[in-house]
Amino acid sequence: MNTQTTIAGITFKNPVMTASGTFGSGMEYSEFVDLNQLGAVVTKGVANVPWPGNPTPRVAEVYGGMLNAIGLQNPGIDVFMERDIPFLKQYDTRIIVNICGKTVEDYVEVVERLGEEPAVAMLEINVSCPNVKEGAIAFGQKADALFHITREVKKHARQPVIMKLSPNVTDITEMARAAEAAGADALSLINTITGMKIDIHKRKFVLANKTGGMSGPAIKPVAVRMVYQTAQAVQIPIIGMGGIATAEDAIEFILAGASAVSIGAMNFVNPYTTVEVVRGIEEYMRQYQVENLTDLIGAVQ
Amino acid sequence: MKEKETAIILSQREIAPQIYNMWIETYLAEQAKAGQFLCIYPKDKSTLLPRPISICEVREDRKALRIVYRVAGQGTREFAGYRRGDTIAVMGTLGNGFPVEDAVGKKVFLMGGGIGIPPILQLAKEIRGEKQILLGYRDAHTFLREDMEKHGSVYIATEDGSVGVRGNVMDAIAENGLEADLIYACGPMPMLRAIKAYAAEHRMRAYISLEERMACGVGACLGCVVKTKEVDHHSHVKNARICTDGPVFEADEVDI
Repeated sequence: MNTQTTIAGITFKNPVMTASGTFGSGMEYSEFVDLNQLGAVVTKGVANVPWPGNPTPRVAEVYGGMLNAIGLQNPGIDVFMERDIPFLKQYDTRIIVNICGKTVEDYVEVVERLGEEPAVAMLEINVSCPNVKEGAIAFGQKADALFHITREVKKHARQPVIMKLSPNVTDITEMARAAEAAGADALSLINTITGMKIDIHKRKFVLANKTGGMSGPAIKPVAVRMVYQTAQAVQIPIIGMGGIATAEDAIEFILAGASAVSIGAMNFVNPYTTVEVVRGIEEYMRQYQVENLTDLIGAVQ
Repeated sequence: MKEKETAIILSQREIAPQIYNMWIETYLAEQAKAGQFLCIYPKDKSTLLPRPISICEVREDRKALRIVYRVAGQGTREFAGYRRGDTIAVMGTLGNGFPVEDAVGKKVFLMGGGIGIPPILQLAKEIRGEKQILLGYRDAHTFLREDMEKHGSVYIATEDGSVGVRGNVMDAIAENGLEADLIYACGPMPMLRAIKAYAAEHRMRAYISLEERMACGVGACLGCVVKTKEVDHHSHVKNARICTDGPVFEADEVDI
């Protein structure tokens, strides 16, 4: 049985990754799970300089999920290179670094710094965070802007580039095609769905940011649908995510066309989710006598 | 060491309106410290996130923990329905806890307000110093008062004046003419702000336990931050994580 999957020439021991922003750089969850068992750790978004993020409250629970408006608090690339990369290098797992920025130049600066670090397997470009006002999602909601930033990042990147797509668009396939046309090596989707929660007793927004990104099991059907549509529209591989709680959920995404999957909000609910999904996928493959995981990719009929 | 495990409920009762007292059997009790908290998970899958609840008391044999919580919503309402023998998923022990060693040989205020009172009990048990315990309640439902009286001099304040001093814990300090070298506190934000101001005025140290909406409880999601005077060690942006860098902070280090 072979659980390996390959994306843009990079081979992963299994298709299970962590969704950016839900797993830090792995330190906090290394107390719970053996990071060596993961296909990859996708790190929290890092910018060229430290970002303070949004005011609190930053998180809220909603039916079957949560809203967050963290606002990409991060220590900046200097601290990240000195602390987080050496930590992750101790493990036998792939490192994918998520990058955020306010301008094209910001992204390019981080991309170039990471180019010096061969331990970083891939770069994931966050153009879809709904919680920061400048940049970020502005690049991810217009096809021409997405094309432009993808092309600029590709010019400077030493590693393969994943563009992380926002579901908050009219047609996800239009965005996917734009990224592919600009040279993206892979896509990841979906980022969170913009939502809102109101405290009816206080008559106030629950989040200080008013809106936040929704994640958790309640968004899974939307995510599966978008992965399927995107897989039909482009040739480049897809990393699927959105509410994955179990191996069964992960397999849905793979059958819909994802070459790999990421666990996000469910890390908060069950810190062992990632490794349980790895085990569960193996069980599924045994049960249905699937020799290669890759045989399942896009195998829905 | 943080772990998520299934605890067994040993007892549960309502000790004041909407305030519940629960003892759970868990090996997490072995490492529990005053001021730390647990993340407790509702079984109802529509409420996914854990509820951060402070540790009220550690049983002497370190095999069980006591929590005292207020029913504030769907998750805690579910917890209130549990009975002896039921199981519950808990993660712990979380947070830094109170630095009890600082109190040795000192005169201290241990201050709790409302649902911030429970962690003060274990704190009172661990502190080696002269303990003046100040508790602020809404009304005559002075839960945990008898437990506290075993560990120090207790001064009560109630908002409606039904027991002790009318007003809050700050009024109780003034009315009773109390003094201390050091403060430990947990309670609502207005109370903690008043304590921060009092400590600054009296040039004394105050350790305050903060609360914020949390998701992961382990420092990964960056949901529960507090503004800090100095650059925080994690994100280097003067935003410390309450769940892991706290929940206990020195009052003058945080901007509340």
